[in-house]
Amino acid sequence: MTPAIQINQIQKHFGGLCALKGIDLTIPQGEFFGLLGPNGAGKSTLINILAGLLKPSAGSASIMGHDVVANYQAARMALGVVPQELVFDPFFNVREMLRFQAGYFGRGPENDAWVDEILEGLGLTDKAHTNMRKLSGGMKRRALIAQALAHKPPVIVLDEPTAGVDVELRQMLWEFIKKLNHEGHTIILTTHYLEEAETLCSRVAMMKQGEIVALDSTANLLNKFAGKNLRLTLGDVALPASLLSMLKSRENGVYLLTLNALNQMEFALSELRKANVAIEDMQLIEPDLEDVFLSLVGKQAKEAHA
Amino acid sequence: MSLINASNRGTYTLFKKEILRFWRVAFQTMASPVLTALLYLLIFSHVLEGKVQVYESVPYTAFLIPGLIMMSLLQNAFANSSSSLIQSKVMGNIVFILLTPLSYLQFYIALLGAAMVRGLFVGLAIYLVALFFVSLHIAHLGWILTFAILGSALLGTFGIIAGIWADKFDQMAAFQNFVIMPLTFLSGVFYSIHSLPMFWQTVSKFNPFFYMIDGFRYGFFGKGDVSPWLSLAVVVTFLFALAWVCLKMLKSGYKLRA
Repeated sequence: MTPAIQINQIQKHFGGLCALKGIDLTIPQGEFFGLLGPNGAGKSTLINILAGLLKPSAGSASIMGHDVVANYQAARMALGVVPQELVFDPFFNVREMLRFQAGYFGRGPENDAWVDEILEGLGLTDKAHTNMRKLSGGMKRRALIAQALAHKPPVIVLDEPTAGVDVELRQMLWEFIKKLNHEGHTIILTTHYLEEAETLCSRVAMMKQGEIVALDSTANLLNKFAGKNLRLTLGDVALPASLLSMLKSRENGVYLLTLNALNQMEFALSELRKANVAIEDMQLIEPDLEDVFLSLVGKQAKEAHA
Repeated sequence: MSLINASNRGTYTLFKKEILRFWRVAFQTMASPVLTALLYLLIFSHVLEGKVQVYESVPYTAFLIPGLIMMSLLQNAFANSSSSLIQSKVMGNIVFILLTPLSYLQFYIALLGAAMVRGLFVGLAIYLVALFFVSLHIAHLGWILTFAILGSALLGTFGIIAGIWADKFDQMAAFQNFVIMPLTFLSGVFYSIHSLPMFWQTVSKFNPFFYMIDGFRYGFFGKGDVSPWLSLAVVVTFLFALAWVCLKMLKSGYKLRA
């Protein structure tokens, strides 16, 4: 099956700055894919190249088999992008905007049922005749997502869709996006909220300084790069020297130890017993993508330093 | 059979959106230029009627009206495409168009079409209102329509170029005040260039606006400062040159797609 997105050796230079250093990435159809990375990692640059807002300096990319430069019309037909900035057209109401947006893609009145479905799914039905200017921030965000979906694209890119969005709306958005994913739409999500990517995405790429530093299923990444954490409340005592190599953080008598394997827990407990340290409280914490992320970013920083 | 199908619906939709955009604020985009033109008409005709005669048997007020119609038509065609573009660029909502499969040619046709419609409507409105004040003879309707259409296309194209080039509202205002306004006022809207000193007559002959207005006026009175064919040649040449520049800019993605 044609991949939803195929990226080959994409590079992008802005003057002397190299924003993307030869990215390779294949995203199969139907996947819920996460693109993570700190600010300036190149996530938005990559998305803008897919969307045709930026031209690649080298390499190629295609959407549903259509090259984004040579066959840009077919590529854009297959792609819906939710931009990061909260932009809107102040002259029109929500329904008008959605009809226009579908119309630019050649879709006419036959598309109205789909527009109604989007309005319903995003909780915008009673705002359909409200001018875009008069919508609250959260409602504008929903309208922005609706606009990206107006032409029913098989591939949907959400660039930081939940930045500054309250919890309730975030939940609603994810329910709707998950439903689209179940119906077969490929979803690509960039986000700062790592726990979001962890619960939603089946596969994740982590970017840093224009490169992909990790690309795997979420579960594999968690296993590979992050051990479980052991949180011990010990009070005002010194940690035995043998445990210092495992120490991740300490604060007010609460110690966080990283366990690379589970049998290290027994070792830690026996060392504490030997040192006569009483344990006031103990918790085993599952790793999250933040740990993966920090371990990768930290590792790279160390390598660069060496 | 419907005229709108899947292949031209994109262009049609953008055209329709651009039309609705100025129609929603018609008071500002249609009524206000008509009022401005009428104020010019009232003041200039009151002061100069009987004192200035440009063509024999043509009263000054009658002479002035085609110039005012064309001036407003040109300014509004320019204002429509340029303000639409600069607004969407500053607001950021131009991204909604850039994400679509619309080609640069479709984009040009839709924006230009809407600019022409606004210019032509404003011109027509001024003509209809002016009929209350003076009876206007029409010598050659064909020339009137030719110059109205070509003039609105030329300035609509110029507006797209300015809208793409300008990054901020003040740059656009500068463009309007330092390029468009002088060119319109120094084009013979209020006078025949034959009444100017030799030097300014020569300068005027390098101004494409002069030919648009003179050709348009020829359609009403059957007389002009130069032959309508010369005006036609100049206007068509300028239109092609600007359209070429504009399409080049759009195709390259200049300032729109980096």
